[in-house]
Amino acid sequence: MDFLQPTSWADALAVCAERPDAVAIAGGTDVMVDLNFDRRRPGALLDLGRVADLREWTAEDGWVRLGAGVPYARIIDDLGAELPGLAMASRTVGSPQIRIRGTVGGNLGSASPAGDAHPPLLAAGAVVEVASAARGARRIPVAEFYTGVKRNALAPDELIAAVLVPTAAGPQQFCKVGTRNAMVIAVSAFACALHPDRRAVGTGIGSAAPTPRRAPEAEEFLAGELESAGLWDSRGALPETLARAFGERVAAAASPIDDVRGSAAYRRHSLSVMARRAATWAWSDLRKAA
Amino acid sequence: MSTDTGTRITATTTAGRVGDSPLRPDGTLKVTGEFAYASDLWHDDMVWGVTLRSPHPHARIRGIDITEALTVAGVTAVLTADDVPGENAFGLEHADQPVLAAEFVRYEGEPVALVAADHPETARRAAQRIRVDYEVLPAVTDPRRAMDDDAPAVHRPGNLVRHLPLRRGNPAARAPVVVSLDFEVGMQDQAFLGPESGLAVPAEDGGVDLYVATQWLHVDQRQICLALGMPPEKVRLHLAGVGGAFGGREDLSVHVHACLLALRTGRPVKMSYGREESFFGHVHRHPAWITYEFGAERDGSLVYARARTVLDGGAYASSTAAVVGNAGTLGLGPYRIPNVTVDAYGVFTNNPPCGAMRGFGCVQTAFAYEALMDELAAAVGLDPVEIRLLNGMREGDTNITGQVVDSAAPVAELLQIVRDMPMPPPADTSDIRACPGAVCNTTHGEGVVRGVGYSVTYKNVGFSEGFDDFSTARVRLEMAGGEAVATVHTAAAEVGQGLITVQQQICRTELGVERVVVHPTNTAVGSSGSTSASRQTYVTGGAVKAACEAVRAVVLARAALFLERPAAELGLDGEKIVGASGEVLTGLAEVLGDDAVEETVEYRHRPTHAVDPETGQGAAHVQFAFSAHRAVVDVDVELGLVKVIALDTAQDVGKAINPDAVVGQIHGGSAQGMGLALMEEIVVTDGHVRNPSFTDYLIPTILDMPSMQVKVLEYADPHAPYGVRGVGEPPTISSGPAVAAAIRAATGKPLRRVPIRPEHITGT
Amino acid sequence: MRITTTVNGTEHEVDDVWPGESLLYVLRERMGLPGSKNACEQGECGSCTVYLDGEPVCSCLVAAGQAVGREVITVEGLATEGQLHPLQQAFVECGAVQCGFCTPGLLVAAHDLLARVPGPSELEIREALAGNLCRCTGYEKILDAVRLAADRQAQA
Repeated sequence: MDFLQPTSWADALAVCAERPDAVAIAGGTDVMVDLNFDRRRPGALLDLGRVADLREWTAEDGWVRLGAGVPYARIIDDLGAELPGLAMASRTVGSPQIRIRGTVGGNLGSASPAGDAHPPLLAAGAVVEVASAARGARRIPVAEFYTGVKRNALAPDELIAAVLVPTAAGPQQFCKVGTRNAMVIAVSAFACALHPDRRAVGTGIGSAAPTPRRAPEAEEFLAGELESAGLWDSRGALPETLARAFGERVAAAASPIDDVRGSAAYRRHSLSVMARRAATWAWSDLRKAA
Repeated sequence: MSTDTGTRITATTTAGRVGDSPLRPDGTLKVTGEFAYASDLWHDDMVWGVTLRSPHPHARIRGIDITEALTVAGVTAVLTADDVPGENAFGLEHADQPVLAAEFVRYEGEPVALVAADHPETARRAAQRIRVDYEVLPAVTDPRRAMDDDAPAVHRPGNLVRHLPLRRGNPAARAPVVVSLDFEVGMQDQAFLGPESGLAVPAEDGGVDLYVATQWLHVDQRQICLALGMPPEKVRLHLAGVGGAFGGREDLSVHVHACLLALRTGRPVKMSYGREESFFGHVHRHPAWITYEFGAERDGSLVYARARTVLDGGAYASSTAAVVGNAGTLGLGPYRIPNVTVDAYGVFTNNPPCGAMRGFGCVQTAFAYEALMDELAAAVGLDPVEIRLLNGMREGDTNITGQVVDSAAPVAELLQIVRDMPMPPPADTSDIRACPGAVCNTTHGEGVVRGVGYSVTYKNVGFSEGFDDFSTARVRLEMAGGEAVATVHTAAAEVGQGLITVQQQICRTELGVERVVVHPTNTAVGSSGSTSASRQTYVTGGAVKAACEAVRAVVLARAALFLERPAAELGLDGEKIVGASGEVLTGLAEVLGDDAVEETVEYRHRPTHAVDPETGQGAAHVQFAFSAHRAVVDVDVELGLVKVIALDTAQDVGKAINPDAVVGQIHGGSAQGMGLALMEEIVVTDGHVRNPSFTDYLIPTILDMPSMQVKVLEYADPHAPYGVRGVGEPPTISSGPAVAAAIRAATGKPLRRVPIRPEHITGT
Repeated sequence: MRITTTVNGTEHEVDDVWPGESLLYVLRERMGLPGSKNACEQGECGSCTVYLDGEPVCSCLVAAGQAVGREVITVEGLATEGQLHPLQQAFVECGAVQCGFCTPGLLVAAHDLLARVPGPSELEIREALAGNLCRCTGYEKILDAVRLAADRQAQA
């Protein structure tokens, strides 16, 4: 096994193209588990830890460009205001030690349906920027990035450069069910984002389908009901029946399975509860901000 | 670079007798990272051993081809069953398990072959090149079907390990109030943090020195000798640093394997399991299927109990028979029940082998009887504490095997103490870390209901049913550098509980010395028995005390000659020989000179007795230990998520030799019982383990644990040294049922299975 | 490959490292520093926690090559000039050490906490140490030790 350690993005892309047998590693919190457990023996490790650009984030034009190598700990510390949903989700990842190393780029690269970053990225309407040496950069809306169970839209010669996340225009929430109070893989997860500027609602469901996914019908339903009740303008109270109906539609958008962590029925049920609560909290925050 | 291979001459602490809380002598080494655990062992010229394991729960081995594996560069040996020089059999109670599988594999993970190589990666690559030709066979995976006539046989003559029937009083007793339940307990794992590890060093005499983390050196030695075909003088065991045990190291793991590889290669061999392999490398707690019925008068006093308990022993016997013994004889709880019909079964299946885990058959049954007591309370209009005060044992009562509980049985007092402890304040929901789900942000208080639950339980201490339960201690007293030094040498495994500190405290108390050296633990002294059954402070403590007394007698006999006074008038106080009023008469140095006085003593507790095979009656146990818990939980009833707010306990420990260490053991035991109630289960489907990792076998984190108020009672057992009662297991037994009861109180759900999953609470 | 890393203030150079090895393996098996522990090797227990350039990480999840040129501090580096760090002293005094296998990782994690938050609340301590499993103590005396060390550091 070779260890390749480029020090620039261009070098990283070149190596990626030359070595299709290389596996990219940044924080190592997924890749090293596979190595330690003898599940993967790639021809090479492509260490992205010395590519400084990947560890930067910038804010411009209402977006945050989050380098693929920014660890969760920095998202929590630095981006709580701009990306509250992602910051809340980051706080639930693994352990403090994992959060110092783990990255959103890694979460996207692994594309596990249980990844904690995915629901808030979906709810916010993020865009993933990837690049290859041969073709340069391209952008993929995050909802199109997940193509199957632990599969993503990367071509073999591509690496993830950054994820572009709209700066929060309104309140965001993230909830995750786990059978322990810390350091737990999601049994189910839900994120929502209110976009009062567009009078839209964003959602993201985790661990309840082959890929992370939105609940578009639930989003339209809630946005529409808020519109027809004049609530976007009046910022009146969110009726409990509406929150409950939203929750049911979110649950209906999932395609969960039974596995060792939980049953499909429980996953659906928990999504309806989380979505109801998250929508209630987000709307309440919106009212307070007014 | 060579490190000290597993032997530690522990540093000494200068003060602390029985009843004090001196610091543990290995504490400094442990906080500096210098303490040598078995997985830290290193030897010049060592090679690494790895194990090839069966992927099938049940199969016949048609052939094993190792030729390709042998061609891998760096491989020094590949071994199979044919290479076992002695008997290819081991086991705690019955030698029914092969060292390496020969004709059959009977559980997923059963060892089939061994590889030694110069790097663990090389050894793993080579192991993957061993070709095993398996014929997959039907597996028995439902223990309730294992005793059916048409069940495939795991072993001949059949799948029953033990049936313990217990009959007392009137089998046809009737009562006006009858409650019953079915209860299931999932398979818990000891999940000790230190992975199985050992280092086997071949010796010039053709024998081997094995440095290993374990619970009972001599029973390991016996089994290794059988497999190697060697006498004990040639198989020397040394206790390496142990990273927790909880019953999971009573059976062999790397022991024979490492020795075989070392003797074959002529090189030291290190074997160390990773966490995934560890889940396959040791026995687990027996899962249980329990049906109980209680009959009572209208005032709630118990009239009869009927019980049927099936424990899934998995593929090999391990200590299943003894676990069945406990589940039967202790399985109805610390209550007075005049008429009893109990049938406890341990069966073979092709599921993972089960054996000892802290609580040993009492944990599973406690969930059932405590749930049923709460049912009974509701049926007769009493609260959970009242029903237990009414029925609780007292000193002098007879238990369900007809044995008299002949020392303190403070069931009522323990319950009253936990009932009266201050309750925690309501949760501060402004900080989500205080809510169920914590930082996962699932509730800000919505749906959260608080519940309180109680439990009182008991456990036997020591090995029961007539087992010859003893320990050996060698104590040496001499002058060194003008100071009296005692050295204590036992084979008793320190696994973290603080036994080495206790040994020092006893020596200081009995001999008056300050400086006590704990000799490395090895088989050069007689057996101390197992570090299990909450027995070591009692039995090894008793042996150390007795050896000190013997040393003292010899010293005082010499002093008597020296002083021309009767020995009965003299006392030993460290460096001083004193008279009846404590006046110093002479120095130990004058009496001993350069001599050392050394005595080795075997100590036994009062004998226990086998129970009658038809009625289960008999004085099976030597001591009982009682504990009670009160649990307070907040439950998000819509999501089924639980946060334990308080887990308070009271326990009678007889005499707290080291009060701080006693409380530490109670904290840790409570956490393990809580873990089984809430989150811990080895999930087995069709004989396959679905969650062999810490990702999905969850043990409590610091954010799951509540604060714990602990009250220790000291009602001496007059038959035990210093009056001690075993400490380690009782908290693991009463904690889980209290948590389960609290969740029932919060949710109104019957919850007849542990671990309790969110689905059980939400009903989805 | 060759690994050159500063560990506990001393530069270490190790040859013939297989690139798939973790920093934990290199520390334990090649640099003679077995203080960091290998309870799970998948980042689920914290027993391998070390400082990497001043931040506490699971060393089992750091590839050996990723540590090249970096500064590592392990439990073996917490004591200075033969004096135990106040946290180490407090762990021993409070009975927070039973089998001790979790202790090295906990010490590094707690050391980091007290460096960032000198007077942590109970919930802050629990959240900061939620990545370190202990099977023996139920965590109660570990909390006592962290609070004792924090008090002592505040008074010093």
